[in-house]
Amino acid sequence: MDAVLQQARTRGANRVHRIVLRIGALAGVEPEALRFAFEVVTRDTLAAGSTLQLEAVPARAFCPVCAAEFDAGMDYVFSCPTCGQLSCDLRQGRELELAQIEMS
Amino acid sequence: MPFGIKVLRFVAPGILRANTLPAVEQPAPLVGANVAAVRETVDLRVPLLAKNDQIAAGNRANFRARKILALNLVSSPGAGKTTLLSRTLDEFGLTTKCAVVVGDLETDNDARRLARPHAPVAQITTGTACHLDAGMVAKSADSLDLTGVRVLFIENVGNLVCPAEFDLGEELRVVLLSTTEGEEKPLKYPPIFKTAHVVLLTKIDVADALGFDRALAAENIRRIAPQAKLIQLSARSGEGLAEWYALLSAHLFKS
Repeated sequence: MDAVLQQARTRGANRVHRIVLRIGALAGVEPEALRFAFEVVTRDTLAAGSTLQLEAVPARAFCPVCAAEFDAGMDYVFSCPTCGQLSCDLRQGRELELAQIEMS
Repeated sequence: MPFGIKVLRFVAPGILRANTLPAVEQPAPLVGANVAAVRETVDLRVPLLAKNDQIAAGNRANFRARKILALNLVSSPGAGKTTLLSRTLDEFGLTTKCAVVVGDLETDNDARRLARPHAPVAQITTGTACHLDAGMVAKSADSLDLTGVRVLFIENVGNLVCPAEFDLGEELRVVLLSTTEGEEKPLKYPPIFKTAHVVLLTKIDVADALGFDRALAAENIRRIAPQAKLIQLSARSGEGLAEWYALLSAHLFKS
C-alpha cells in the first residue's frame, strides 16, 4: 500500500480505482488472503473501494542439460519434461509486483 | 561484562506501518462521467518486497566488504539450531572468530545459551513477527563489535514458512531438518528448501530409534533442492560435524 499511495501522490491523483498486481505461482502469496487484507489496508486511504486485480505469472524453470526453459508446475520439483534433469534455476514465477494503477 | 549480549526489541512491522501511515482524507465520491474523463492507467513494474531486498543487498555488501561470511540458519522450532551453534562456537569458533544474531519471538534464552567470551551474540526479540527481516539484521549487526569476526551466524526465528521470502543479506542459506520431523518435510514445505544452499539433516544419532529413513529424506531433499549441499550430522554425538566445519572453512573469505 505504501508503494501504491506513493505513486498516487507523486502523480497528484486523488483516488485510486484499480490496482493490478503480478503474482508468481511460487511467490508464496495466497490470493484469498491478499484480497482479505486488501480491503482492510485500503480502508480510509485514497484506494478505498478500489478493485484489486491479480495477474498470475506461471513458474518457468531452466534445464541446464537441454539449455531450455520449461513449465515448472506448482510442486517445487522442477523436473525437465525432456530429459528428467532436476533444476533449481527458476526463471519466472516468484514475482510480486505492482504492475498497474488506475487513478484519477 | 565478559559477554556481549544486547537485546533489541522490534515492533511488528505491520503494527508499525499502521501507526505511521499518514491519515488520508476520504475523497468525496466522484460522478461517473467526470471520473472517466480524468482517469489514467499507469504501467509500473515495482517489486513489492523491494524494501527488504534493498536492505539485504546493503547487508550483503557490508558483510562482504568486512570479509564476514554470513549464514542464515532456518528450520522449524526445535530442529537443533541453537544446539548446533553452541557446539560450533565451542569447537570451530575457538580458531575462527564467530558472532551470532539470534531471533525469537520472546526471551533472550538463546543468546544466553550461545554467549561465549570469544563470540559476540545479539538477541532479536521480534514480538509477534514470525521471521527476521533484513532491517532487523542490519540493526543488530551494528550493535555488535564485529572486529575480527569471520563468520556471522544468523539464527532465524523457528519457522519453515515465512523466512523463505526474506533475504537477510546472507551468503549462504542453511536449512536444518531434524530426524524427529519426518522424511517428508522437504516435500511439505518446499519453498524454504528450494532456496537453500546447504541442508543439514540433524539429530541423526536418534534416527534409528525413530525409524527415520535417512536415504528417503536425502532423496526428498534432492528432489526439491538439487542445488543444495547435504550434510548429515548430530550436534550431540559429533558425527558429521567435521564436514560442517569443513564447509564453513571452505566458504570463508580470504583474510
